[in-house]
Amino acid sequence: MLEFLKENWSDILAHIAQHLWLVSISIAIAIAIGLPLGVLITRRKRLRSPVLGVANVMQTIPSLALFGFLIPLPFIGGIGPRTAIVALVFYALLPVIRNTVTGILGVDRNVREAAVAMGMTDRQVLFQVELPLAMSVILTGVRVAVVITIGVAIIAAEVSAGGLGEYIFRGLRMNDSRLLLAGAVPSALMALIADFGFSVIERRFDPDTQRGSRSRRPLRILAAAVLLLAVVLTGYATWRGFKNRASSSLSRGHVTVGSKDFTESVLLAEIVAQMLEAQHIEVDRRFDLGGNLSHSALVASQIDLYPEYTGTSFTQILHHAPITDPKAVYDQVKREYAEQFNIVVSPPLGFDNTFAILVRGEDARRLNLKTISDAARYAPQWRAGFGHDFMSRADGYPGFSRAYGLHFAETPREMALDLTYTALASKQVDVIAGNSTDGRIAALDLVQLQDDKHYFPPYEAVLLVRKDKMLWAPNDPDARAVAPLPQVVGKLGGAISTDEMRKLNYEVDGLKRDKKIVVHEWLLKKGFL
Amino acid sequence: MPESDDNHRPLVEFRDVSFTVNGSRPIIDRLSLQVQHGETFVLLGESGCGKTTTLKLVNRLLTPTSGQVLVEAKATTDWDVIRLRRRTGYVIQEAGLFPHFTVEQNIALVPNLEGWDEARVRQRVRELLSLVGLDSERFADRYPRELSGGQRQRIGVARALAADPPLLLMDEPFGALDPLTRASLQKEFADLKARLGKTVIFVTHDVREALLLGSRIALMDAGRIVLLETPAGFVRSGNELAKAYLETLKNDFVIAP
Repeated sequence: MLEFLKENWSDILAHIAQHLWLVSISIAIAIAIGLPLGVLITRRKRLRSPVLGVANVMQTIPSLALFGFLIPLPFIGGIGPRTAIVALVFYALLPVIRNTVTGILGVDRNVREAAVAMGMTDRQVLFQVELPLAMSVILTGVRVAVVITIGVAIIAAEVSAGGLGEYIFRGLRMNDSRLLLAGAVPSALMALIADFGFSVIERRFDPDTQRGSRSRRPLRILAAAVLLLAVVLTGYATWRGFKNRASSSLSRGHVTVGSKDFTESVLLAEIVAQMLEAQHIEVDRRFDLGGNLSHSALVASQIDLYPEYTGTSFTQILHHAPITDPKAVYDQVKREYAEQFNIVVSPPLGFDNTFAILVRGEDARRLNLKTISDAARYAPQWRAGFGHDFMSRADGYPGFSRAYGLHFAETPREMALDLTYTALASKQVDVIAGNSTDGRIAALDLVQLQDDKHYFPPYEAVLLVRKDKMLWAPNDPDARAVAPLPQVVGKLGGAISTDEMRKLNYEVDGLKRDKKIVVHEWLLKKGFL
Repeated sequence: MPESDDNHRPLVEFRDVSFTVNGSRPIIDRLSLQVQHGETFVLLGESGCGKTTTLKLVNRLLTPTSGQVLVEAKATTDWDVIRLRRRTGYVIQEAGLFPHFTVEQNIALVPNLEGWDEARVRQRVRELLSLVGLDSERFADRYPRELSGGQRQRIGVARALAADPPLLLMDEPFGALDPLTRASLQKEFADLKARLGKTVIFVTHDVREALLLGSRIALMDAGRIVLLETPAGFVRSGNELAKAYLETLKNDFVIAP
């Protein structure tokens, strides 16, 4: 652990800074909107319940769903910190607004009446009486908002906004507790420190405990420190943004490469990224997009390409009933993507990553299990654990259990895909649906059961690329196309076998090696650089 | 306050004033009255009789539904409301001091709003603290919660007097105090107003207080004045409600067997 810290401390610090930056910006915006809005609805009684109602509803939207809505939107949407900040502001608004209202309405009626009767103007009553007296309640709202935001900002990694969530998602995926801790511990500490810090400030503002003005000094120092930190972080962010923009004008083109949120997808994206970089193309990596965000992002031009599987496109995006002929699936996906989305489907990369029904090796040997039909007999005594994806898709659990007549001892547990492997290995469940190329199959001594009824549609790996990036038009100065892209995509056709992919996955998931290095070695061996 | 020519005209006058909330039974029902310079005009009545509403109509915390309230011969609706209120001291039950202000800041509120210079404000605060019988050295930097109820009420009076307003509105200022403190404050206030010569409109439900402090007593019931008399006239009057009030004074001395 110490060694891990020694090697990664600067990376961890950068992620902490990023996380802090996301939280501070979001909270600043939430206060800038929420406080005046809160004050307004203490003045306009009729607006009160609609405003609080909307804020309430915003807080109940699941974060992934919110990101899904935001990605296609102009200005506030897209991939990256902006979307994350919009979402975080949504979640932070309610406590700020609600506590502003509660605080102001909670000011002693006699005090307010005296203030008005002394001849204070509305503005004077608000700034000299109501806000100071409501301040400790308002600060409680801000404190709640900060703590919520620190937690929700973890999810920001799903839209490539960075922050400590990157460690947590990576850690989950790779089953690496050091990464999990590198994300979880700093964010928990951050939440605790914020909670404590704000409660101290609140007490200073509480009119019932307030002492003379001397005690305000530590408060001023604290405020100055926070302000300084905010300035430094903003400066750093601006500088980084400027640097990125400056360097992009020197390169031969720019491609934003996306990926889904599991190792294999990231590895494939990294392969493309490194091959492009070798051709002096500037690459923006937007990896680890959750759910079907990568598709929305590609359609909305937020990314230019990402690795996908034909079966997923066929059933999930195009909403066809699953079929088993790989060629038919590929052809139809290619045609419909071109027509509907202006997206080019690359030649298959050479391997198939279908759902793999997995059991523990010891069980398979003891019961002599080869096929899923063999296992169906034992299903009534087994517990199953499936990923969210598998439970919900057309070619997933409902059809699968019908095709094989499976009846498990209890309703399958639905959990994150990455956790199902651990759950199987540690005997929390007895059967899972993994990915056939997953490196952990070998690492954890799991056995894949044959799909003897050919239920699962083909999942050939392909690259989905925006057409405007592929069509190189030498005479069109406005073209977005990047010349070496078709060549890179062409080279990768049929280049990766199932075995090779499994090995690459194992290097990362099993041996915990760095993805970039693993990809670099493989590319050298293949002679692709 | 132009003293010379206005002294014969009432400082406050109600002309046929009614006040109603959302068309229900009027809280103030066609009320007319005149408050003369320098007098202490007591509004006496049970809760709900409209006495506090009458008071709030004077500094336009409320506006009449019909009729006119005149202050210095000008309708309250024609006054710049901020000017009107700064010329009208206001003292309420529990004082309504600002808990986040020190005693000094509380008293200096209106002078500061009026933009007095700092030295003059400090001087005035010291004067007022000694006027209400509190040592300025000891009390100026305290917060209201560090004071007793009686001390808070003295500060409330000092705050109302700070900018030397010609008119004081007092809404049961001593109502929440214990009987001994109340009695001593009532007596001190009687002396104080005699010295300052302010015009005071004073709301109470305590007939003893009304008799002690009032130049005239207006007995109110259901939004109307049912009897308007000097204290001596009040005691002598045959009004049923007045008699009932006077009965309570006697009852004070009945000791249960």
